[in-house]
Amino acid sequence: MSVLAVEVPYWGQSLLRVLGGIVAVLLPAGTIVYVFLFKMMSFMQSRLGPMEAGPYGSMQLFAEVGKWLQKEDLVPDGADKPIFKIAPLIVLGSTFLLVAAIPFGPDAVFTNFSAGVFYALAVSSISVIGILIAGWSSANKYSLLGGLRAAGQLIAYELPLVLAVVGVVIQAGTMNMQGIVVAQNEGSMFGWDGLGNPFVITQFIGFVVFMISVQAELTQVPFDMPVAESELVSGYMTEYSGFRFLTFFIAEFATAGVFSLIASVLFLGGWGIPFAWFGWDGIDDVSNWMNVAGPLILFTKMMLLAFIIMWVRFSYPRLREDQLQTFAWKFLIPLSLANIAVTAILKVAV
Amino acid sequence: MSDAGTDEATEATEAKTEATATTPDTAEEASPKDEAREALLGEITSALGDGVVESYLMPGTDLWIRVATDSWADVGRALHGRGFTFFSFLSGIDWMPSPYGRGEDDPTAEAPVRETETKQGYAGGETRFQVFARLVDLDRRLGVTIKADVPDDTMTVGSWVTIFAGANWHEREAHEMFGINFDGHPDLRNLYLPGDFEGHPLRKDFPLLARMIKPWPGIVDVEPLPTEDEAPPNGETAPSEGVLHAPADESAVTAAEQTPDTQAQQEQQAESSEAEPSDTGDTA
Amino acid sequence: MTVLSDRQQLGYIASQAADARVNVELETEGMTLNIGPQHPATHGTLRIIVRLDGEQVVWAEPVCGYMHRGYEKLTEVRTFPQVTTLVNRIDWLGSFANEVPFILAAEQLMDIEAPPRAQWIRTILFELSRIANITLFLGDLGVQMGAVTPTFIAFRDREYVLNLIEGVTGGRFHPNFDRIGGLKDDLPKGWIDECRQVMKRLRGFCEEIEDLLFGNEILQARMRGVGVIPAEIALQYGLSGPNLRGSGVDYDLRRDQDLPMAWKEVDWKVWTHPDGDSWARCWVRLQETREATKIVDQLLDGLPAGPIMAKVPRIIKVPAGEAWVSTENPLGEMGYYVISKGDLGPFRVKIRSASFNNISVVPWVLKGLYVPDIITVLASLYFILGDIDR
Repeated sequence: MSVLAVEVPYWGQSLLRVLGGIVAVLLPAGTIVYVFLFKMMSFMQSRLGPMEAGPYGSMQLFAEVGKWLQKEDLVPDGADKPIFKIAPLIVLGSTFLLVAAIPFGPDAVFTNFSAGVFYALAVSSISVIGILIAGWSSANKYSLLGGLRAAGQLIAYELPLVLAVVGVVIQAGTMNMQGIVVAQNEGSMFGWDGLGNPFVITQFIGFVVFMISVQAELTQVPFDMPVAESELVSGYMTEYSGFRFLTFFIAEFATAGVFSLIASVLFLGGWGIPFAWFGWDGIDDVSNWMNVAGPLILFTKMMLLAFIIMWVRFSYPRLREDQLQTFAWKFLIPLSLANIAVTAILKVAV
Repeated sequence: MSDAGTDEATEATEAKTEATATTPDTAEEASPKDEAREALLGEITSALGDGVVESYLMPGTDLWIRVATDSWADVGRALHGRGFTFFSFLSGIDWMPSPYGRGEDDPTAEAPVRETETKQGYAGGETRFQVFARLVDLDRRLGVTIKADVPDDTMTVGSWVTIFAGANWHEREAHEMFGINFDGHPDLRNLYLPGDFEGHPLRKDFPLLARMIKPWPGIVDVEPLPTEDEAPPNGETAPSEGVLHAPADESAVTAAEQTPDTQAQQEQQAESSEAEPSDTGDTA
Repeated sequence: MTVLSDRQQLGYIASQAADARVNVELETEGMTLNIGPQHPATHGTLRIIVRLDGEQVVWAEPVCGYMHRGYEKLTEVRTFPQVTTLVNRIDWLGSFANEVPFILAAEQLMDIEAPPRAQWIRTILFELSRIANITLFLGDLGVQMGAVTPTFIAFRDREYVLNLIEGVTGGRFHPNFDRIGGLKDDLPKGWIDECRQVMKRLRGFCEEIEDLLFGNEILQARMRGVGVIPAEIALQYGLSGPNLRGSGVDYDLRRDQDLPMAWKEVDWKVWTHPDGDSWARCWVRLQETREATKIVDQLLDGLPAGPIMAKVPRIIKVPAGEAWVSTENPLGEMGYYVISKGDLGPFRVKIRSASFNNISVVPWVLKGLYVPDIITVLASLYFILGDIDR
């Protein structure tokens, strides 16, 4: 395999993939935390946010990481120690697994699963296990309540997540993530190929259902019952401190970033801009500079979607657990099923 | 709202502005309420008979009724039936004067002679402890204070919990603070104090420990701050003000640095430092 | 069977004990949860022991007293003017309002009345402390429900009110400004205009909060129908203030009592809501804040000139007697029953604080609610720990 016309040995490729994976997970996390959590949230609340560490508080992230790293590593007495220690790693691990399936450019992919979407959705459920065992093993009633709430909520919102994506798969005709990107960028909407065929327009309902489900999967407000800060102190994360909490914290924002990446791939056209603008015919026509520009374009789209997730987070109060479940089972799932039906009919008939 | 009240109110305000040191002449607007109070007193007396021991009606202000200890629960029920549905509070009074005074005595001097006679207040009383409560009739906008003696030997009165559910906490507090038992209360344990607390704090013979350890010094002679001609030379400041603000002496600030603002500030500080002695005298 | 070492045995026993502590059983029958005393949702050190069946409350019991400072005992060793310092700190968010009933009771016993200007300024400061108190409540309401942003808006606008109070009294939180016979000082120059501007700004804030918080569908879903307290229960427990008016009872001490304060001189409305749920109580508070800004505006318009202190002897000795005065404080009805024996200080002061009665209804109202509803109900009842515990 050659990267930018340089022949790289296999071990070199593996190293590059590992580094790329770390960057692909941590860079979105860090950017989202700084831009949205520190600055955007502050501006929305008519305050400035961190300003001390670095110019305009840009080093605050490193200060926070340093602060969390130097805290005491507490494990509660009655906790189930091995499970307690492994829980944050499971949650973070699922993020790394998720990012492996995302295409960043025509050739810049970690792996090219033929059933990438299927893999991504399956692997995103692993974090649910991490949250559950964190709540269980903490030997704390607040954590237990948080874990139980998470169990119900995360499993309930998996379904709309999956069903929303089915519409995209039907329309693209493939489960391959790269194929979905290509289908959006080389396709045309009702005969006009000026914008390609971004599924956000034709699959708008699916997009909305997907974003709501992502909000719930990330346990963000308005679906943050598992971490209801004013009731359960910190829910399943109550007993975690120091590096373990940092892992949960990074995992939360990294998963937000990775889900935004997936949403950009599925709905906004991924790394690409419409091929028609350059006169390309298919993926093989795409120039090599797209491997550098692609990640940047994808990053921009990810920031846009993460903005929406964070904006909703800072604006809304939280739903109660039973209201949350009613919303998922009685509203989102029927809606996404209807979306699939309509998409299938239109795909076959039109 | 205040439409009906404005006419009476203007009368009252005029009366008030005339005589600021005397009670306003509110006899006219007080009459309906006083009549209502007298009518209520009559009703309760006829309902409870001997239960009502004494009463005191302060015209234009309030009504106090003292009932016999055994009629304590009955009077609550009677008033509740007559529209007094709002339960304001229930508590106790210890009429014995405190043997410790106000904790301001000089410990080196001889202990002062204190009054030891237990003298009750409005509507009288025979025992050291009394329990009292206040109920309000929201429709007639009328309130009444009811008192009852608590016998020294049994320290028990009936409980109001079955009549007013809110009395639960108030009776618990009265119990822990005064030692009054409430017959019929489901769960008479401490409300504020820890479970193993000994003694009843609001009794007068329970000393306030902080004042026992260190008597309050009372009015303290505060040494006035030095005036301008007494200011130390060479621009040195008195030790107490050196840290907080710039020296009042102008020589410390060169003429070039002195802006109109700082000059005004210094003048203000000089003024305020002169004004301070009278302030401290006030708050003592 | 392997022989366990001592260490392993200890570990086994410890894990059994841990299981028992966590109280996890397969039947979801009763988990006892302690909410507080340190908890993000209770405004201070209130501890509520709840017994849960899954997420439903079987019984709940508040345990108060973590902040009991013994105020009633402390008043017995103070002189009358010194008590205002003490009493400021009962409801510390609307501090000026705590001083007023005590001063009025002392004045009633002494048979003096503050001059009209003092009465009007007292009323203005009273309403300002109401606005300061409830603005914080409105911001806090959002946080309890999970909406973090309204807090900052509320605090930002509350700063203006605190600046006003500081401009007059010198203290943002504990003014200690009321004196028997009047007030300590007159209004500073330029204060009235600033006050008018701040009132205008606060009316804008009330609109904003009404839109942001009360118009939010999620907040409505969380609060409507939750924690309904019927009027009879409210009266039995002695709930007062917006809690009582939120259950439909039309009773406001400012209108229904004849106190030497200026409320009867101005035009204002008493707000009630028939529902009796958390939504009703919070809504009534919002309307009252808006009403308070209107009251202040009218009071500023009609402020009489004159002295602010009546002729009072330097050493105050209040004649023997008993007096009960209560006012419509931001939290509810706050009253003082002052017994004097003709001394320098009171003989006994019974402090009737609003939150004490408001929280006594918690065991009744929380039965059968979900855990998140506990927070909703507590937020809507709105208590201050200093008010409960005195």
